[in-house]
Amino acid sequence: MMGRAGWFALVTLALVMLSSPVSAAYETEFEDPVLRERYQGLLDELRCLVCQNQTIAESNAKLAEDLRERVREMLRKGKGDEAIIDYMVQRYGDFVRYRPPLKTSTVLLWTGPFLLLLIGGVTVWIAVRRRARGERGQGHLSADEREQARRLLGEDEQEGRT
Amino acid sequence: MVKRYLPLAIFGLLVVFLAIGLTLNARLIPSPYIGKQAPAFEVPRLAQPERMISKADLKGQVSLLNVWATWCVSCRQEHDVLMRLAESDQVAIYGLNYKDERDKALRWLDRFGNPYTANAFDQEGQVGIDWGVYGTPETFVIDSTGVIRYKHTGPLTYEVVANEILPLVQRLRGGRTG
Repeated sequence: MMGRAGWFALVTLALVMLSSPVSAAYETEFEDPVLRERYQGLLDELRCLVCQNQTIAESNAKLAEDLRERVREMLRKGKGDEAIIDYMVQRYGDFVRYRPPLKTSTVLLWTGPFLLLLIGGVTVWIAVRRRARGERGQGHLSADEREQARRLLGEDEQEGRT
Repeated sequence: MVKRYLPLAIFGLLVVFLAIGLTLNARLIPSPYIGKQAPAFEVPRLAQPERMISKADLKGQVSLLNVWATWCVSCRQEHDVLMRLAESDQVAIYGLNYKDERDKALRWLDRFGNPYTANAFDQEGQVGIDWGVYGTPETFVIDSTGVIRYKHTGPLTYEVVANEILPLVQRLRGGRTG
């Protein structure tokens, strides 16, 4: 059984995993709550090109800082969310988006997990069915086969003793 | 006994895919600008702050645009390659000095040599953003009409210059005269 320390470690670990990463300090917050929300929403949509598994909100990279500044500037000028995302995609490609659009080049990216789930499901289903059928069949040995089995097992036993 | 070898076949396929995955570099992001007009820019020159340099200066010839900075460690690494390429006089090399300090950059060129025909001084990094620069050094090949034909991310090597850049430059030149 797990000791008290073990449980403590487990709970701590779970809490750490549950908490969302704290976003890097935003340089200038917007006073307007609508703008602030749009700003944060946009930052979470955009990938930092330097440290690729972070959004530009989370990243401390210099480039992410510059891109945040650019987003703020465009928001202040009254640009729409679409226009801002387009601005980034035009320069850095679809890769800058955390949710890339569905295109021929990204079909596998979007459908891959479901395909794998389907393949896994079918495999399990076939395996389960085969096992069920196999177990039913095992009990049906003919009289000859039983005799042969007993002989083989019996002989083995005798050999083992001598 | 097809079924017997099915797991082996699947395993083989997996190995092939993973092997391909190992050779790919996730850091290399394809530039959306390949085959498109290079973004316009106009910034002061590095050596002559009073004079501007713009995309128009690059037109009319095949050229390279090399993005560099003194704070960029691998730029030092590729500098000798650039020097050698400049000495061979095969293609005009323009520089985009990215988010740097002017005096530091000028000192760098004094010390290690200047392979550039001219340098654009992009202090704010705006040109860099417009060109989709995400990691220095980066090198673009631009044809005589101002279309970006190729981009190399990371330090240039003699191999890249010999196998990728120079053949492409030759091809682009041939297309223009022929």
